[in-house]
Amino acid sequence: MPSSSSSPETGSAATSSAATGSAATGNPEAGFPPPGSADPSPAAPLHLAAALDGAGWHPAAWREPQARPRELLSARYWSDLVAEAERGLLDFVTIEDSLSVQSSLPYQGPDDRTDQVRGRLDAVLTAARIAPLSRRIGLIPTAVTTHTEPFHLSKAIATLDYVSGGRAGIRVQVSTRPDETAHFGRRTLLPLPSDQAGFTAPEFQSAVAERFDEAEDYVEVLRRLWDSWEDDAEIRDAATGRFVDRRKLHYIDFQGRYFSVKGPSITPRPPQGQPLVTALAHSAVPYRLVGRAADVGYTTPRDAAQARAAVAQIRAAQAAAGRSGETVHVFGDLVVFLDDQAATATARKDRLDQLAQAEYTSDALVFTGTAGNSLICCWSCGRPG
Amino acid sequence: MRQAGLSGFRLRPGALPHDLEQITRRLVPELQRRGAFRQAYEADTLRACWGCRGRRTAMPPPLPPPLLPPPPADARKDCPTHEQARQADPPRRALPGVNNTTVWSDPRSGSHIDFQSFVHFAQTAERAKFDFLFLAEGLRLREQGGEIYDLDVVGRPDTFTVLAALAAVTDRLGLTGTINSTFNEPYEVARQFASLDHLSAGRAAWNVVTSWDAFTGENFRRGGFLAQGDRYSRAAQFLRTAWELFDSWRGDEIVADKESGIFLADPGAGSFRHQDEHFDISGQFNVPRAPQGRPVIFQAGDSDEGREFAASTADAIFSRHSTLDAGQAFYRDVKGRLARYGRRPDQLLILPAATFVLGDTDAEAAETAHEVRLQQFSGQTSIKLLEQVWNRDLSGYDPDGPLPAIDPLPGEHTLARGRASVRTGRDPVELAREWRARAEAEKLSIRQLMATVGGRQSFIGSPATVAETINRFVQEDASDGFILVPHITPTGLDGFADQVVPLLQERGVFRTEYQGETLRDHLGLDRPSVLAPAGAGAVAR
Repeated sequence: MPSSSSSPETGSAATSSAATGSAATGNPEAGFPPPGSADPSPAAPLHLAAALDGAGWHPAAWREPQARPRELLSARYWSDLVAEAERGLLDFVTIEDSLSVQSSLPYQGPDDRTDQVRGRLDAVLTAARIAPLSRRIGLIPTAVTTHTEPFHLSKAIATLDYVSGGRAGIRVQVSTRPDETAHFGRRTLLPLPSDQAGFTAPEFQSAVAERFDEAEDYVEVLRRLWDSWEDDAEIRDAATGRFVDRRKLHYIDFQGRYFSVKGPSITPRPPQGQPLVTALAHSAVPYRLVGRAADVGYTTPRDAAQARAAVAQIRAAQAAAGRSGETVHVFGDLVVFLDDQAATATARKDRLDQLAQAEYTSDALVFTGTAGNSLICCWSCGRPG
Repeated sequence: MRQAGLSGFRLRPGALPHDLEQITRRLVPELQRRGAFRQAYEADTLRACWGCRGRRTAMPPPLPPPLLPPPPADARKDCPTHEQARQADPPRRALPGVNNTTVWSDPRSGSHIDFQSFVHFAQTAERAKFDFLFLAEGLRLREQGGEIYDLDVVGRPDTFTVLAALAAVTDRLGLTGTINSTFNEPYEVARQFASLDHLSAGRAAWNVVTSWDAFTGENFRRGGFLAQGDRYSRAAQFLRTAWELFDSWRGDEIVADKESGIFLADPGAGSFRHQDEHFDISGQFNVPRAPQGRPVIFQAGDSDEGREFAASTADAIFSRHSTLDAGQAFYRDVKGRLARYGRRPDQLLILPAATFVLGDTDAEAAETAHEVRLQQFSGQTSIKLLEQVWNRDLSGYDPDGPLPAIDPLPGEHTLARGRASVRTGRDPVELAREWRARAEAEKLSIRQLMATVGGRQSFIGSPATVAETINRFVQEDASDGFILVPHITPTGLDGFADQVVPLLQERGVFRTEYQGETLRDHLGLDRPSVLAPAGAGAVAR
């Protein structure tokens, strides 16, 4: 643990001198790809985000000496983490969420374990609670599209954009968990496969694909609702007594296979116009969602070749959807265990694995080592750890 | 991996905060040294610092207001909000809220949507030791004659989101959100309120409202709507279900003992099962028990069914009866219903909405009140309000002329949509006759009549007069407090806070400091114990 020059426990925001310092690096747009270009140039500055979830991604993380497992439901815990991320000038944080208790058996439901973190707060509200205490970092909570109302989420994210002064985004997530379906009771359960092979069976896959199609419609509704007020719709015209120019408020009249939404939004156009839409993607169907509908996709490549393949699929979907002129950033997800000495990091991860009685595995590449060398090497030499 | 076309990385810290600190204090400086990462934030918004497309339709980009530091102290806004305060110790107190009798045309009127307006309003209320702030909700923009209604303030933020943000800029003020039980689902709403209660350290309250109309339903996937008679039954079951979810965690399950490795004492924490004609759900609730146990429950309906619903389950009623006589009658009626449910009179607070106009003298206040009324009832607004009774186009009528000689269109109201008031009224034809007779007798134009019958100005006078009147209402059992509705956003509460509250405090009928931490503390409500699951079957485990 690095001895900290300033405590991460500073609850209130925006104390980073770096964050308020001068813009020393010149043109902020320098190095960004112009619209239409497929990939950022190798020289382009990196974007970095942190994915926040409970006490960390390792299931035994809550037992670490520094962990604050009894504070996971407090505003202070989350504002401290976001202040730390902002201190590091990260682009944004994401906040995980689900409409069910955490489980080591996510396809099946609760696992009855008592040795891992269980229980969480609504991520959108957590982000809103932190927003006034931070000033520059993006806030991207997770929301499930399968069981929720796009009208509600649209105004919630628009409002997050207002309370953060233009720093809001959303990570959309589909749900296939049977227990989440039972929590809502509105739709039929997906046919739950009885064995591992069942998850790759065509009928299950097509049911999952439908949920992604629905997510795409959902994002379309979010975006149309954000656009349903023109920026100058509020006129306050005393002469005619009109508060708004209703010609600048638009019905969205969305009619889809899964739902219809009339509009317009009840919340005026948010400061960013369009808050960022992001999604995690592991395979062709979600890559398509990213390419068609998102601003940012998180992918989980194990090496450069997999990264290239994921990017290519997303670019193809982007082009097919006529979005080649729009910027879609593709991020790689990594789980990180970092220490000043590589051996320390390895020993720490081993200790956590022992506490969890299982080696930690993830959909994403797990990196254990030092921040200074190995990880940097990963992305400068083109091959991950 | 950069060559592979990735823009960057999302790092998932294995353990918090350690691995996050390694990222911010080791990795980031190393990347900066290599010129691969920014030295400072360069843009205010997330999108702007990305250089990516901001808007999909061709519209000029608005400049977002910087959130911090706060703008000048006179930040303005008038919101679809309300707020309230009262208190609960022996001498009963009265107190404030906000709403949209709002005059937006006043030069002092500020943004109804900028967060700083909400901050000003909330911090003013907290400075004055109010019990809570109250936000209304509407889920479809109102229409009249097939067009979006444009004479009032239009547009509001999402209730939950703005309340969660306000929890960051206040410490004690209660945060009451109006949330519809028709266009939501219990699991989601319960976790939102439980989350708000955690994030505010016990200050959440829920004003449960119902809706029935297909007009609003067009914005929702559940689409549909309810038969009017079903809406209270759905609301009651919705609330019952939410209670079961709140109570599915007792509050002692999280042990988080690092030594033994036990995080959760009970693997079945959160288990629930609820079945009735509206909901058939089961599983595990994922938000552990909130500081208040359950949020404070408000109810706003005035019908017999609504009163009964409140008597059986609510902690407070947001009522409309702001005259002394009507208030006392309502107070007696509702409090009288409590015994039937085994409840004491002090377990349900009656909090009428109230407006106020202050002046240095009573005469000056009366003059200001008259001006406010004229602002509230412009010619255009008066015609639109009249149409809501007549249910027909009256745009050809002169607001400064006599009332229409024609009668209202009978039958179902079709002209104004998304407005609760049009359906709760009396028989329109009878009402029109009464208004016509009154206008003729008192020689009132359309506008004058509407300002007379429609004006909701509860308390008009000098600060001393208003303080005395408010206290009298409370002492004489017309209310347990008030939800004040200023007509200017966001500064409309300032005068009340500065001039009236000190007088109430001098009289010893209003707190000078918050005595407790939670909204239940402020309101003198017990922290609820966990319900034995009732009604629909046993808890699964």
